[in-house]
Amino acid sequence: MAHFKKKQAGTKQEVPTSAMPDVVFMLLFFFMVTTVLREVTLKVKLDLTKANNIEKIEEKRLVSYIYMGPERLPQNKFGEDKIQIDDSIVDDIGAIRNIMYDKLIEEPRLIVSLRVDQNSEFGLLTDVQKELQQAGTFRINYSTKRED
Amino acid sequence: MLLKKRKREGAEINGSSMADIAFLLLIFFLVTTTINVDTGIGMVLPPPLDEEVDPPPIRERNLMNILVNAQGLILMDEQPVSINEVKDKLIEFIDNPTNNEELSISPEAAIVSLKTQRETPYNIYIDMLDEVMSAYKDLRDAASRSNYGVEYARLVENSPQQEQIKDMYPKKISIAEPDS
Repeated sequence: MAHFKKKQAGTKQEVPTSAMPDVVFMLLFFFMVTTVLREVTLKVKLDLTKANNIEKIEEKRLVSYIYMGPERLPQNKFGEDKIQIDDSIVDDIGAIRNIMYDKLIEEPRLIVSLRVDQNSEFGLLTDVQKELQQAGTFRINYSTKRED
Repeated sequence: MLLKKRKREGAEINGSSMADIAFLLLIFFLVTTTINVDTGIGMVLPPPLDEEVDPPPIRERNLMNILVNAQGLILMDEQPVSINEVKDKLIEFIDNPTNNEELSISPEAAIVSLKTQRETPYNIYIDMLDEVMSAYKDLRDAASRSNYGVEYARLVENSPQQEQIKDMYPKKISIAEPDS
């Protein structure tokens, strides 16, 4: 009996984790490709409306946003409908055509995404659309959520 | 001494910190970005009207006037309709299968004019635009199925088949200026 020794496996099996950085880089590239760096803080209230016949904008790099809605005032109040482009509220409607024209020069295939609060009146939108026509940016997209 | 073959140690860079760097970058991107789902109704605006030039003459029967007021009441060619009837009436107008003299000559000539008031809320405008787009979608799907056996959405982007269906039912939508 003393001749028999219990044999223990002396070696330890280690799961090779050398592939871990590769997996993480894959996840990283996924996020880099599918997301956009959000830089704009909304100064207006934005409740999007719903629609059925919507299409997804495939080329995200070509998009520029115009936000329209009631202005957020301090103490949770809401003011008049305002237009916001890229972080600042635009008061002068006539200035919009210059701003959009500059953007068009930078990106000829510009798509303008109009994000309008659902209770905003159409009058302001039509003014903005006239400016966009003057600026030459004809491709627009009305942002809506998908209706079920 | 005994000539032992010394096992050559290959130069190895310690790769254990690679995973840490990758995680850091990943967390940075997770925190600062959003998956911005950009869906919406796409449209192409017409070029601005030159004040000197008169717009080209349009035959009355080719034009479908849709008027929406601030309360959401709809008039199609002076007839009051409800939102559910809009799509079917539009399809009948554009396609005109019975060759009714009041309706369009052909789908290529049909123009839909959507006019709202300045006070009309945006969601009502979008609902109307949605109905118009949905009428065109149904027409294009029917044409695509009868010609190619698949839905319009399944046709290859920018292929001659898609262009043909687009030319059969061009989206001639005019967003008219509200009376101030």
